[in-house]
Amino acid sequence: MSMRLGPQPGEVLDRTRPFTFTWNGREVPAYQGDTIASALAAAGVRVFSRSLKYHRPRGLLTASFHDPGCIVQVDDEPNVRGAHRLARPGMRVRSQNTWPSLNFDVKAINQLAGRFLSAGFYYKTFIRPRWLWPTYERVLRRFANGGEVPPEAAGDYYDKRYAHPEVLVAGGGPAGMAAALAAADAGASVLLVEEEHQLGGHLCWGDEADLAALRGLSERVAAAPGIEVLCDSAVLGRYEGNWIAVVQRTVPGVAERLVKVRAGTLVVASGLIERPYVFAGNDIPGVMLSTAVRRLINLYAVKPGERAVVLTGNGDGDAAVADLKRAGVTVAHIADARLGDDIVRAHGRGRLRSVELPDGRRVDCDLLVTATGWTAPAALLTMAGDRPVYDPRAARYFPDPARLPEDVLAAGGIAGDGSLDELLAHADAVGAEAARRATGAGDGPVPIPTLPVDAHPALFRGRTHGIVDFCEDVSSTDLVQAVEEGYRSVELVKRYTTVTMGPTQGKLEAVNAVAIVAEATGRSIGETGTTTWRPPYVPVTLGALAGRVFEPVRYSPMQPWHEAHGATPLVAGAWIRPDHYGDPHAEARTVRGDVGIIDVTPIGKLDLRGPDVPKLLNLLYVNKWSKLDVGRVRYGVMCADDGVVLDDGVTGHLGPDHYLMSTTSSGAATVWEWVENWLQTQHPDWQVHVTPLTTAYASMNVAGPRSRELLERVTEGVDLAGEAFPYMNVRTGRVCGVDDCVLWRIGFTGELSYELHIPAAYGLHVWETLMERGHDLGIAPFGVEAQRILRLEKGHLIVGQDTDGLTRGFSAGLDWAIKLDKDDFVGKPELAWQQEAGEYPRLVGLQPLDGSVVPEEACQIVDPPRRADRRPRIVGRVTSSRMSPILGRSICLAQVDAHLAAPGTQVTVRLPDGRHIPARVTDHLAHFDPTGDRLRV
Amino acid sequence: MILLPCPWCGPRNVAEFGYVGEAGPRPDPASAGPEEWRGYLYGRANPCGWVAESWYHRMGCRRYISVERHTLSNEVRPLATEGAGR
Repeated sequence: MSMRLGPQPGEVLDRTRPFTFTWNGREVPAYQGDTIASALAAAGVRVFSRSLKYHRPRGLLTASFHDPGCIVQVDDEPNVRGAHRLARPGMRVRSQNTWPSLNFDVKAINQLAGRFLSAGFYYKTFIRPRWLWPTYERVLRRFANGGEVPPEAAGDYYDKRYAHPEVLVAGGGPAGMAAALAAADAGASVLLVEEEHQLGGHLCWGDEADLAALRGLSERVAAAPGIEVLCDSAVLGRYEGNWIAVVQRTVPGVAERLVKVRAGTLVVASGLIERPYVFAGNDIPGVMLSTAVRRLINLYAVKPGERAVVLTGNGDGDAAVADLKRAGVTVAHIADARLGDDIVRAHGRGRLRSVELPDGRRVDCDLLVTATGWTAPAALLTMAGDRPVYDPRAARYFPDPARLPEDVLAAGGIAGDGSLDELLAHADAVGAEAARRATGAGDGPVPIPTLPVDAHPALFRGRTHGIVDFCEDVSSTDLVQAVEEGYRSVELVKRYTTVTMGPTQGKLEAVNAVAIVAEATGRSIGETGTTTWRPPYVPVTLGALAGRVFEPVRYSPMQPWHEAHGATPLVAGAWIRPDHYGDPHAEARTVRGDVGIIDVTPIGKLDLRGPDVPKLLNLLYVNKWSKLDVGRVRYGVMCADDGVVLDDGVTGHLGPDHYLMSTTSSGAATVWEWVENWLQTQHPDWQVHVTPLTTAYASMNVAGPRSRELLERVTEGVDLAGEAFPYMNVRTGRVCGVDDCVLWRIGFTGELSYELHIPAAYGLHVWETLMERGHDLGIAPFGVEAQRILRLEKGHLIVGQDTDGLTRGFSAGLDWAIKLDKDDFVGKPELAWQQEAGEYPRLVGLQPLDGSVVPEEACQIVDPPRRADRRPRIVGRVTSSRMSPILGRSICLAQVDAHLAAPGTQVTVRLPDGRHIPARVTDHLAHFDPTGDRLRV
Repeated sequence: MILLPCPWCGPRNVAEFGYVGEAGPRPDPASAGPEEWRGYLYGRANPCGWVAESWYHRMGCRRYISVERHTLSNEVRPLATEGAGR
């Protein structure tokens, strides 16, 4: 049966654009401008969902964004606000939370559920016995159906934006519009944010005079320069420094956009939210708020029922009566709360049948309208530090302006009552004052008039069986029971019963809940206090918070080659590197036998220039740097001032006052900040200029006995002969036709090797040329895994792998490097004390006696217990381990306690499976070529 | 989110900065004993009130700056002494 009315003066429908969508598979007609709920109501639908716990049928309550009864699934999107989301042609809308079905009479289930789901059931029921939990879980899951996201659902695009208005006005009703206009007139830039699809607030569903006022305000806002309007957008929260989160839903092609706003002044013009009345049967479909029927009739031309009873305590209830009569609804009875009238309970199952009056009479009806008071949605104000004050005469809370910070103001209905003219005058002054505070312009504070406060009957009835929280299905009985169980604080009642914790977040139910707790504890509402409003003001999607994905990934210029040649990628911090090209052991053998090439672009590179670079190097490295001739390279280790190893790398002296420092790949950013920190804060007088060149160079290491032969074919201007360019030297020259390449002769792998730093744009060219020219020499690429094997054979430590956040210099086997006779260097006192104390763990080479066993990295080294009932004492750990292809046995580095560090000591390694295996401390950290002959050829 | 007054870039969101913390002078490594040195490493006054702090403007000018912050109210003001914003 169609409930659609003829055209209404304020309707938001475009009747020239009809279409259909489906509701649980059934076609429903709609006009452009209809919400899902308004179109369904026009089509005669009364039941939209079932309640969370008791699965009672639910219809429209507020017919607004906050309506708890019509949350629906739209295509693959769950939890859509049906009374807010606009209907679109062809959308598939389904009800949620409808087990066993939307229309099935579930009285039996209600009674069953009622026994188990009373106050605090989260803490009492389904807990014991524990082994039954899987069964409970299956049952509960059916009860708590929150819609579904199909696994194949396409990810929508979410956006982010920053805004810096001088004034942000939250709420686009008449007061918000007036405040925005006044602020703009005073020269401020204004962002006006409105939750609904259009500006105007309650004027939209008002009478002719209201609509005329709305037209005037709308025209002025549209014409005003400096006002940006965001409709269908919500202010989620206000944080320190007026940092404000707004979710905007109107950007074409974007699901939602999170606007991060830094506002000069925040004006909260949120208006008032109508409060439901608590009585038995108040959730039966057909029981609505006065604003709901006024919205349905005036905005959407929907007749909300045929025969109505109205409980009114204010002028808006009276206006609803007039609207109902105009829409052709029979008003069977009016109970005027101002005259002491009341209603007792609503009857009906699935839909309203009658209303019982205090004298016992029953009035048949299919619509019950209540207008019993207002709630001030003070969330943004309390986030700014306000504590709203309860006024019993007006039966609502008001903000306490004295507690608001300078940069937050309240305007309009949230601050008081009055005629439209009075509210507009108040908002006008607030807007001008907000602009003054943000811009500093004007001649002193703008006086803000005080709004009158109207008396309103206090319509709270605690001892009923009415629903208080329509989202969480918490009744007044539940709250009274919680108080009887000893929860007197409203904050504790909230946590115990989950009242105000659903999607409406207290906007509809908070004051009713406080009133019931007050009544049950024998206190006044003011004495009882309120629950705390916290962000977000309305529920927010994870998509909006996550926003666009900004996760930068770094590739070297040689990445296309690696991909084309089957490299298995390794994620190393932000970098993607080749782990191996199929067989890391073969790659390692190629380096030992012929020549290999590895991409080491992620190695950190800092260009250091200036006369004081040697001072800097002497300060930051534990070893000595004063006498490093041009053309020489030195390995250095950095410790922090607590003596813990921070980073290592080589630094070369390229020319007069010019050095190139390399860092570990993972330490590149840290070391740069570290260098800047010491230069900027401790030695600002030193003349050193630091330029990070990590990605300006493509870096590759050509390693193996035939590396020199290969490089001689492609290098110009550098004599590569052993005596002309010895180990630990640096040269610059032309490689593969590319000028300004830096060549270090160093050897992390333990082989004759050259690390090339090539201007990044030529990296791929040089790599490909080397592969081509080295073909007859047996060249092959090697990845990070082969490099890790090779360096472990050579006993070269990796900072962060063989050291950790407690490993001080002497524990890392760096005795030879640490020069305590230097005047100062970072970490010196701690290292001196470490050496003095002596009893520190040491890094050692370790080989299991059974060379076929590779203990996992981080295996414990233990003192085996003498008695079986004792636990072994941990005396060290394996820090690195691999099978060595060249030695044909397992090799390790380990940190062990001092008494176990002598070469030849036998220790016990505990494997993850609990077995204990013997291993021997080796003579050197290096398992292979300990004398370094291969490096120096 | 609080704003920090960067002397080079102006007021910027705190998310652009790395927190360094209470700034204290480094003792003379030649004479400092363990107690003094570890006080420099780990000891922080952490008062309820104004505290001088260093921040690193990582996503801006990459300068280490010093400001005073009130640890109760999160009010921030430029460090009054010479050398601020170095």
